[in-house]
Amino acid sequence: MTDKEKLYNSGILTEERPGAVRPPQELWETKKNGLVLIECPQRIPCNPCHTSCPTGAVLPFDDINDTPRIDYSKCTGCALCVAKCPGLACLVVDLTWGEADQALMKLPYEMLPLPAKGDEVACLNREGKEVHRGTVISVTEPWKDKTYVVHVSVPKALVMDIRAVKVVD
Amino acid sequence: MKTTEILVVGGGPAGLSAAIEAASLGAEVTVLDSDLKLGGQLIKQTHKFFGSKEEHAGTRGLTIADILFEELEKHKESGKVKVFSNATATGYYKEDGMVTYVVGEDEYVRIKPKKIVMATGAQERLIPFPNNDLPGVYGAGAVQTLMNVYGVAPGDKVLMVGAGNIGLIVSYQLMQAGVEIVGILEALPKIGGYWVHAAKVRRLGVPIYLQHTIKEALGDNIVEGAIIQEIDNKFQPVGDPKKVDCDIICLAVGLTPTCELLWQADCTMKFVPQLCGYVARRDALMRTSHPDIWVAGDAAGIEEASAAMVEGRIAGLAAAASLNHGTPEEHKKRSGIYHKRLEDLRAGEVGEKIRAGLCEVCCECWGE
Repeated sequence: MTDKEKLYNSGILTEERPGAVRPPQELWETKKNGLVLIECPQRIPCNPCHTSCPTGAVLPFDDINDTPRIDYSKCTGCALCVAKCPGLACLVVDLTWGEADQALMKLPYEMLPLPAKGDEVACLNREGKEVHRGTVISVTEPWKDKTYVVHVSVPKALVMDIRAVKVVD
Repeated sequence: MKTTEILVVGGGPAGLSAAIEAASLGAEVTVLDSDLKLGGQLIKQTHKFFGSKEEHAGTRGLTIADILFEELEKHKESGKVKVFSNATATGYYKEDGMVTYVVGEDEYVRIKPKKIVMATGAQERLIPFPNNDLPGVYGAGAVQTLMNVYGVAPGDKVLMVGAGNIGLIVSYQLMQAGVEIVGILEALPKIGGYWVHAAKVRRLGVPIYLQHTIKEALGDNIVEGAIIQEIDNKFQPVGDPKKVDCDIICLAVGLTPTCELLWQADCTMKFVPQLCGYVARRDALMRTSHPDIWVAGDAAGIEEASAAMVEGRIAGLAAAASLNHGTPEEHKKRSGIYHKRLEDLRAGEVGEKIRAGLCEVCCECWGE
């Protein structure tokens, strides 16, 4: 088993795979409000990303075990799937937000305490290492079911690394 | 002695679904559950479920329990359904088809049902290692009960053994309760649970040690640590054992179907490793070799709760149909829908094991 396989087999994405792809760069850079990224590379029986999508951007599943496919032209970055996905596998990245080198990430959050607008939070990569301290822009609870979406400002260069936030003292 | 048309043993996701389904066709149903509160494992499941809308995907397990309670409540009002909690079924007497149960610790009751749905769930497995009887060594189900039903954190630093869905999910829930997970051990070179569940805890900094096992629990009176060991593909030790600092060792190493009543009823049983133990042979409508007994949920083979709910529907439907409740057209329509849903749930790579296991125990019909 290579180190890469070992990482993937323990829950860390190491490269693009079906069900875990980057949005098309050109559209992504100009899409206000951002586009969804889904990191769901395993075939499991689950489709709430599709059923919760109000615009049809997450395409219908022929087989409920299919990995998600996205029509990015329809994605509005609303983050409803971010809060619905039971695997917390969806996030939204808005590259048009803020200064030229900044981006806004909308990440699912189910821990305590809940961060508040203006707080500085640790931004963690897929292995839980802190790679940045970002500012919370807003916190929403789209489905009123205790899964929150934390909107946090990050450097554009780290949008493919940061995958979680953690409240720090 | 009491009587009932359909007795459902177990009020978890499968049993509740069976009771609702049977009552919806007009059957008179009695539900027994050994716990104080019905819902089985659902009431401990603070995470959102997978599956499709029909199985309440994206909804937390405890909320799904509430949805099922509400549905059952409607039938209770009409007097068709009776529910007894804190009522443990203790025996099936094949001479006269009597079932006995104990309410609390002293009230002993006999009930004679026409038909029975056994939805008795599962028991946790443990693995042997020195000091595994120290206080602080828990089954994952016990940790969930303590934490999510009674609101008690089991400890401060947990070593999780097993990276199946239960190990991964309970780790996440412990973190939500403010408990540190020092690591998750998995004997195989790959996590057994859903990849997204692993990603969820990994990005919060929890290490998952593939090809590692627990060698020993440390401590005199309580758990004060553990020795872990890397192993190879043949489960032989590689390198030196390592010491881990923890005060809780949580075992999430699998479940096994609870099937004593099925044995007592002389149902044809078979040991099926993919379904995690002895299970009753059954037909497509979940009927066992005993013409009056159906089986559903984990008691029929360890699987996700989403599948247990659909199996419960099928068993409840078939038991009610055997008493001529509902029309054949209605039975056919509903059973078609449920079978399609089960097939969908089991179609993926994670369902491979289940499919293989079912091939061993399912028969077309009992050939009457």
